[in-house]
Amino acid sequence: MTMAVVAEKRPAIYEGSRIPQPIPTVLLVDPKLREEGDILEVNFGPNHPSTHGVLRLVVELNGERVVGLKAVVGYLHTGFEKNMEQKSWWKAITYPERIDYLSFQINELVFVLAIEKLLEVEPPGKATWMRMLLSELSRIHSHLIWLGTSALELGAISLLWYCFRERDAVLDLFELVTGARMHTRYFQAGGLAEDIPPGFYSECRRFVDYMPARLDEYEALLSSQVIWLERTKGLGLLSAADAIALGQSGPVLRASGVDWDLRRDEPYLAYDQVDFRVPIYPNGDVYDRYKVHMDEMRESTRIVRQCLDGMPEGPWIVDDRKIVLPPRDELHTSMESLIHHFKLVTEGYRVPEGEVYVAVESARGELGCYVVSDGGPKPWRVKFRAPSFVALEATATCMSDALVADLIAIVGSLDTVMGEVDR
Amino acid sequence: MSWEQIPGFLSQKDAHGETTVVVETERLVEAATYLRDEAGFDFLSDITPTDYLGWEQPRVAGYWGNRAGRDLNSPGSWGLAKQPEEKPKRFSISYHVLALREGAPRLRLQVWCDDGEPVPSVVTVWPTADWHEREAWDMMGISIDGHPNLERILMEEDWEGHPLRKDYPLGGEPVRFSGEE
Repeated sequence: MTMAVVAEKRPAIYEGSRIPQPIPTVLLVDPKLREEGDILEVNFGPNHPSTHGVLRLVVELNGERVVGLKAVVGYLHTGFEKNMEQKSWWKAITYPERIDYLSFQINELVFVLAIEKLLEVEPPGKATWMRMLLSELSRIHSHLIWLGTSALELGAISLLWYCFRERDAVLDLFELVTGARMHTRYFQAGGLAEDIPPGFYSECRRFVDYMPARLDEYEALLSSQVIWLERTKGLGLLSAADAIALGQSGPVLRASGVDWDLRRDEPYLAYDQVDFRVPIYPNGDVYDRYKVHMDEMRESTRIVRQCLDGMPEGPWIVDDRKIVLPPRDELHTSMESLIHHFKLVTEGYRVPEGEVYVAVESARGELGCYVVSDGGPKPWRVKFRAPSFVALEATATCMSDALVADLIAIVGSLDTVMGEVDR
Repeated sequence: MSWEQIPGFLSQKDAHGETTVVVETERLVEAATYLRDEAGFDFLSDITPTDYLGWEQPRVAGYWGNRAGRDLNSPGSWGLAKQPEEKPKRFSISYHVLALREGAPRLRLQVWCDDGEPVPSVVTVWPTADWHEREAWDMMGISIDGHPNLERILMEEDWEGHPLRKDYPLGGEPVRFSGEE
């Protein structure tokens, strides 16, 4: 593969802090500039094709340069958290996956882990490993869409179709296991809803066999593309200190040179038993965020392969009739099972009083779930720490002094899902 | 581990492998600065307000309703085997902080306030608190004191009420032209 030669004009990440003062998330126009300059206020969105959903950016331009910026969110607010307070615990599991519809399986996971933490239930090994496998497939799914749409926005149209081809293969796997392509509701408190179908292993193995080569192809398409390099390198800078101060996580944080991944540093599920590398890139620009996404897909493929190899045999859900539905055939013979089934379906299980915060590494970074229970069958309070919501806080810092044409590349690189921002 | 050295320390609770430290509301910024500078909690994950209105009210077991009948708009309308522990005030605000170092220590810093009572802003300590505090104001009506830009964030600017409060009506819409006005 021959790399196109591009002049190395990558500046070092800036000195000091670029977070705007006094409001960290709003870039205000210098009053002197406003007096003398010809400031043009432009409204991007909320229905702009390149804003990944319904994001509105109020941009103030001095010529081609962004001198003022304010992100306006909330157009997709649907009150998930309020809704979940009205549903029994096990019905509420359907909500989190709709919050971030691209890495849906990880969102489902974090809520189920929070319930299990309050219930003090330990799921069987097979469930833990399958959760890990599906989480990584979900990460690949989310990153593929990110890659396809980001490239599309910068003019590389063909890549979108390739990415969607592989995304479809991932969704086929989800369909095979869970019966649904998205929003599967496959994870239950205590384990999985159903056993893993036998045909899944060979299909999934086929996928992880061809995926690395496909990723190399995509990277070859983009990394030797002069236009792609010119439009991503050195743009949207965010230093490590600023990224931490702004609460950034996931690929954005790792592209700023911070070596941090909850899967490795605060292991949940069985991430301490699989081997993977955490990709770190030092430049904090759009290009490095792209590299982190590419490397993460490779690592996720490796984790999926290890999950297939190490998948334990045995039950897929705990045998606790107070929280898990009894097997269907028992309902015809056992009165007790019938009562348990009835109680679980009508009222739901009760979760002991308490408050917990569970954090996992979603495709976008630290996804947290804070849950309060009063001991009843419905959650008292559910709150999601949405990594996309926090990522958009960095728009003003990343875009100070950017060109208006680069705005879309930068906002795309922050990898936000508006459903998760607005919840 | 004991956190009594935090400025304004009131109480500490360890449960489910998590530590909750309650501090005085007025000394929140002091406590936050201490946690960031002395204890190394450089990363603020999340700020969550919780409304405990109706938490200690006696509830009717068995079906979703209260003594007067099924009421969607009333908080605390399902039965419990035992009444939950009493809370000091109506709202709790939890600050989930994390230290980006070996072992990933986490801490939940908590303050309590009643309706309208001001809670100091921690934007100067952790800039990421900006939007979290705006959300706390928008959704829960927590009066954040000293925030540089306290506007609604998810609801529109002229929205009335704070939707995540327990006394915010759930079902039903006001009927117009019902003949009463």
